Amino acid sequence: MGFYLSFGTVLLLLAITAPTALAFGFGGAAAARSNFLPLRWFGKTYIAVVRGVPDIAFFLFFVIALDQGFEYVRHQIYCPDWDQPIRQGSDFVVCKAAKLPLSSAPQWVHEVYGFFTAVLTFAIVFGAFAANVLYGAMRAVPHGQVETAQAYGMTNRQTFWRITVPQMWVYALPGLSNLWMVLIKATPLLFLLGVEDIVYWARELGGSKTPRYTAYPHGDWRLWYFLGLLVFYLAFTKVSEFFLGKLMKRLTHGQATLGGTS
Amino acid sequence: MNECLTTIGDYGLRAVGIGERLLPKTDFTLCQHFTLIGSGMIWNIYFGAIALVIGFVLANAIALAKASRYPFLSIPANWFILLFRGSPLFIQFFLAYFLFLNLKQSFPLFSWFTSAWAGALVVLFLNTAAYSAEIFYGALQSVPRGEVEAADAYGMSGWKRFIRVIWPTSMRLAWPAYTNEAIFLFHATTLVFFSGFPAWQQRGDALYYANYFADKTFNPFIPYPILAGYFILLTLIIVGIFGLINRRLNRHLPQSARIKRPRMPLIR
Repeated sequence: MGFYLSFGTVLLLLAITAPTALAFGFGGAAAARSNFLPLRWFGKTYIAVVRGVPDIAFFLFFVIALDQGFEYVRHQIYCPDWDQPIRQGSDFVVCKAAKLPLSSAPQWVHEVYGFFTAVLTFAIVFGAFAANVLYGAMRAVPHGQVETAQAYGMTNRQTFWRITVPQMWVYALPGLSNLWMVLIKATPLLFLLGVEDIVYWARELGGSKTPRYTAYPHGDWRLWYFLGLLVFYLAFTKVSEFFLGKLMKRLTHGQATLGGTS
Repeated sequence: MNECLTTIGDYGLRAVGIGERLLPKTDFTLCQHFTLIGSGMIWNIYFGAIALVIGFVLANAIALAKASRYPFLSIPANWFILLFRGSPLFIQFFLAYFLFLNLKQSFPLFSWFTSAWAGALVVLFLNTAAYSAEIFYGALQSVPRGEVEAADAYGMSGWKRFIRVIWPTSMRLAWPAYTNEAIFLFHATTLVFFSGFPAWQQRGDALYYANYFADKTFNPFIPYPILAGYFILLTLIIVGIFGLINRRLNRHLPQSARIKRPRMPLIR
């Protein structure tokens, strides 16, 4: 049963992460073009650092860092009179009430918490990529539009929300659809975050830990399992490509861009 | 300071099996972090650089095949590109590893390919060839018609026209996107030891060692930022080298000509 559910986990993660990452990306892009200098630095650093480092390193980093971060904050709130250091050698010790999830919590809370950290990690990483796309899209909005808005006496904030944001989506769509493809292909990394996804089952059912030194008397069935996964992802990519193409056609219909005429 | 030099001597080439055999177990110093993760970068650079260079050649061949008007060339090229771009690299590593394991049963030749240095290199090579082929194909399609007509007017045709006019122009057009592909290929090398391929005698890449430290100390805030620092440095070097090549490719053009914004990079 868990095996079939794992496919659902992947789809659910995609459905939740895509809008969340888009929101992160919007925030990042807005920060990167802010007039307030520290905020602009923050936005640009966020984009540059996440793009410059392998995403798998972030997945491995955030799964521990987020967990410890949450527990540390809760520790400060719930146990203010705790006098021992939090890091003791190679142990991370917080008081019992600060544990996340609580050790007395039922199993489903653990699973939801794992899923939540996975969504947050994906959103932070892919938010940076989305921020890069949206940042470019905001700059691609014809300058005349912005100047006209200013001539009408709109403030910067009004220009941003009424002129730039509604018009940027056409320019952002090619980048965003590319990002969607990348996001689909990143989901097998979920198992790194401790969520039972399809690759988790592939490894779990495989059994032996060091297959390199194992001589299989017959063909290893895992080969077929991974072939199945490969077909699943190929089909998923193909279907997405089809629908994104349709969406692009609809969005560019009548627009004064190259896509609108060709 | 001297202690750190000893550490570098012991572990500087640990990733390729030279030096101290046992990894540090307790009382990790910052110097050990830097040295071991840095020594793991040898593998990342090895995989990335070799796959990139051979992949470049295959990518050009596949891009040409895809642009060909003969279906017996363009259809296999399309399938190749779909297969490697449409599936996660992660799964490709798994699949290749098990495939090589099974092939080993019948052909002893393939026992090489079950170890990372050759097997993962093959996967990365085919993968980057597919991604680059798509970039080069797009560039081939956007070579200005006028340039081809000018070549015709000079009496060039066939191979000569291709090698003197079409190909150089397509490289110029493709270069910004290809730079991104190179960066993300190096990032993708961190996946090697995380999928099927085992790290023999704990000779792993940078992420392998960073993960080792994080597992032992349960403190992600030291090894991963060090890894990030190394990779940002590597990215800057790649951007620098590709920028130099780009300057050379465009040396005949007026320097004020605005360089095209790189398109959205692809990660795997």
